[in-house]
Amino acid sequence: MFTGISKVLRRLLFTAGMTIALPVSAWAAGVQPGTNMFAPASKPAREIESLAIFILAITGGIFVVVGGALLYAVIKYRRRKNDDGSEPTQIFGSLQIEMAWTIIPIMIVVVMFLTSARLIFAIQDAPKPKESLAITVVGHQFWWEVRYPKYGVVTANEIHVPVDEATYFKLLSADVVHSFWIPELAGKTDCIPNHVNTTWILPTRVGLYKGQCSQFCGTEHAMMLLRVYVQTPAQFKAWIKNQQKPAVEDPAVAAGREVFMHNACMDCHTIRGTVATGRFGPDLTHLASRDTLGSGSLSNTPANLRAWIKDPDHFKPGVLMPAMQLNNKQLDEVTAYLCSLR
Amino acid sequence: MADQTLPIGGALDITPQKATKQSFFEWLSEWFITVDHKKLGILYISYALVFMLVAGVEALMIRVQLAVPNNDFVSPQLYDRLFTMHGTTMVFLVGMPILFGFANYIVPLQIGARDMAYPRLNAFSFWLTAFGGLLLYYSFIGGFGLYGVGTAPDMGWFAYAPLTEKAFSPGHAPDYWAIALIISGWGTLGTAINIIATTISMRCKGMTLMRMPLFSWLMLVVSGLTLVTITPLTAAQIMLMIDRYLGGHFFDTQAGGSAVMWMHFFWIFGHPEVYVLVLPAFGIASEIIPVFSRKGIFGYAAMVAASVGIGFVSLGVWAHHMFTVGMSTPTTTFFVLSTMLVGIPTGIKIFNWLATIWGGKIVFATPMLFCLAFLFQFLIAGLTGIMLSAAPWDWQLHNSYFVVAHFHYVLVGAIVFNIFAAIYYWFPKATGKMLSETLGKWHFWLFLIGFHLTFDFMHIPGILGMPRHIYTYMPDRGWGIWNFIETIGAFVQAIAVLVFLYNVVISLMKGKEAGNDPWDAWTLEWATPSPPPAYNFATDPVVNSRRPLWDLKHPEDPDWKYE
Repeated sequence: MFTGISKVLRRLLFTAGMTIALPVSAWAAGVQPGTNMFAPASKPAREIESLAIFILAITGGIFVVVGGALLYAVIKYRRRKNDDGSEPTQIFGSLQIEMAWTIIPIMIVVVMFLTSARLIFAIQDAPKPKESLAITVVGHQFWWEVRYPKYGVVTANEIHVPVDEATYFKLLSADVVHSFWIPELAGKTDCIPNHVNTTWILPTRVGLYKGQCSQFCGTEHAMMLLRVYVQTPAQFKAWIKNQQKPAVEDPAVAAGREVFMHNACMDCHTIRGTVATGRFGPDLTHLASRDTLGSGSLSNTPANLRAWIKDPDHFKPGVLMPAMQLNNKQLDEVTAYLCSLR
Repeated sequence: MADQTLPIGGALDITPQKATKQSFFEWLSEWFITVDHKKLGILYISYALVFMLVAGVEALMIRVQLAVPNNDFVSPQLYDRLFTMHGTTMVFLVGMPILFGFANYIVPLQIGARDMAYPRLNAFSFWLTAFGGLLLYYSFIGGFGLYGVGTAPDMGWFAYAPLTEKAFSPGHAPDYWAIALIISGWGTLGTAINIIATTISMRCKGMTLMRMPLFSWLMLVVSGLTLVTITPLTAAQIMLMIDRYLGGHFFDTQAGGSAVMWMHFFWIFGHPEVYVLVLPAFGIASEIIPVFSRKGIFGYAAMVAASVGIGFVSLGVWAHHMFTVGMSTPTTTFFVLSTMLVGIPTGIKIFNWLATIWGGKIVFATPMLFCLAFLFQFLIAGLTGIMLSAAPWDWQLHNSYFVVAHFHYVLVGAIVFNIFAAIYYWFPKATGKMLSETLGKWHFWLFLIGFHLTFDFMHIPGILGMPRHIYTYMPDRGWGIWNFIETIGAFVQAIAVLVFLYNVVISLMKGKEAGNDPWDAWTLEWATPSPPPAYNFATDPVVNSRRPLWDLKHPEDPDWKYE
């Protein structure tokens, strides 16, 4: 009997649920903010999306059935205008009915649990392919350090990965707990001090994917943005090749270089090939090749860069980089120098 | 069964006439030194309502800041303090005190007792809780007044380590947070012990445990749960203070401490805490829905079993707040299962309320309206909870605005709605005056519309990748329009609360006289005068069933025939 009921119920639930889940996910997939979990462009995110639609269908079905029954009862059993003032029949319970609405939810829970469990194993314990890119991401207050150990490349806030190839991230934190999340590529994983985490993506579509820190980490948690550029293998190779080079040495901007090396800038920032080896702030070896400044808070133009160096707190109140008290000439020079670091 | 001794109808009042008119200071000192459970209940509820306004204003400031992208209505430093204080206040200074306030007022009356088991502990607990709240808010003006807002806590109500360590929070923000909550936590523990002792040992003759009204039952379960859950929080806060001032390294990751351990400590408190708040709300619904459907509760035994079941299961689900910290696969799977299991007793409760309505004659008075909205909203909150329990989807949804929408659906959609229901339901008993039904309906509909504008639309930016705790966001993310609608909804809710306050004031001054039993209800609190005298019952009541007043009103068809 129960299999009969469960089959009918399942069909009912699923049809009702799908009428909710499909338009919802279809609508959501149409929105393109670059951070939409219903527009997945990578393997784990896509698998999560199908689980999400499955759960939405079941819960949507439950909502239609139970919500409908509630609405029906509220309308049908309201006290009418011509009520005689008598009390309705008192009913204190029914073992059969109560058994039914205990057992049916148990069956639904079993189905949802098994589906979720399968996917947890499929994603967390996925066998690592032989050919995969390894990236180490270190969360800092309030920016991301990105290291490619195999290539000796260090950059910040903007991650480049090849399409159709698995990328494995080792997630660390330099200070407090952060969380690494690019919704269109994978679910989030925390970056915890003294605690190594890993996650992986297998992007299938070239493009720019956005994300940001999703564990409160201090004042500028909101401006700890992330960008992932999924590129063709050729583009990616070219990018890596450029990043591997030491910093450009352009004699035309030597003055700005002097300013950088003779102020505290070099204590916090690395520029490979120079004496600047600080590690507290982002690596600036190829700063000019990046699209954004201040962990995504503003776009990387010479004017923005100059204003940022002059007073970072204006753009990102609470940022750990101090205003360097440079005069206008020094500002122009150091901006010109940094803009030369392609 | 003729030994029913309830002074119903002309409820017996043997209070001696007051000789002279009280002076203001006499009145004040009476409230300060009182050990009467009813006065303490009113103190708890008033205290909580004041903080509800404060935390509500904080919420409005948060909503204004988020209404449009790149807004600078408040600084990031102030924004962090606002959401930390909003969360901490609503949980510790509003939710728990108001529900314990109702328990204080209602439980002894419902079980036919003259007071709580330990009246002086009761007063002590209230004043501890009150002091904790005042200490927490003193942080706004204490310290150096940094950024113009003192050293109010700014690390989130969850206070994740190591952000709370000296290295990252050099001021006194975590100190205020930890010490204020330790103190108010002691008060909460005292009240919990008191409620357990009262419900276990103070029930009147004939009231077996399985005849105890569901609200009192739920408060018994909640108090047991409180004893188990407040303690790890207090322990963790003491460890944090040892870290900060005595050179400990429990959570100091720079000296080998563990950030994950704090999360375990916090959430083994934090998750059951949700049930500490929601179970009393279930209790309220289980009192009001039967009375206004004119039908006894359906499946009383199942309701009790489901409540106890929820209490137990809720102690084993905490790590579903930690699916993203990199737990092992089997651990993750275990917590998926335990979390989904909560859905079963919760489902049973919804079905039982539905069956109570089914075949009844629903009276749409204001308390019932709030309870009916609760049923729909709690259904949705439960279903989004199921979505979050599926760990892989939670990897996406965790710490996004979807989660914020989900738990506000529980905390506002279920708990606050039921708190309002309880106020409309029991206000006549406590004051002798009815709240205005017209204003009540304005309050209900405005609050309902505001609630849905805010929290329905809040799910969407979560799905579109908007994380929690951000003081602003970029315009290109497409979150702006949804946030703007949420902000409008927040102001509609605020207007509804103003209508409610006006209703309370105007009804206290010239409300309709309530009489002893305005709702034609069935539990013992309606067998005493409104407001009840200090001794509650002139003669000790004796009951024969779960609905003693039904038995009296319907001698031809009493409940005890069926029990």
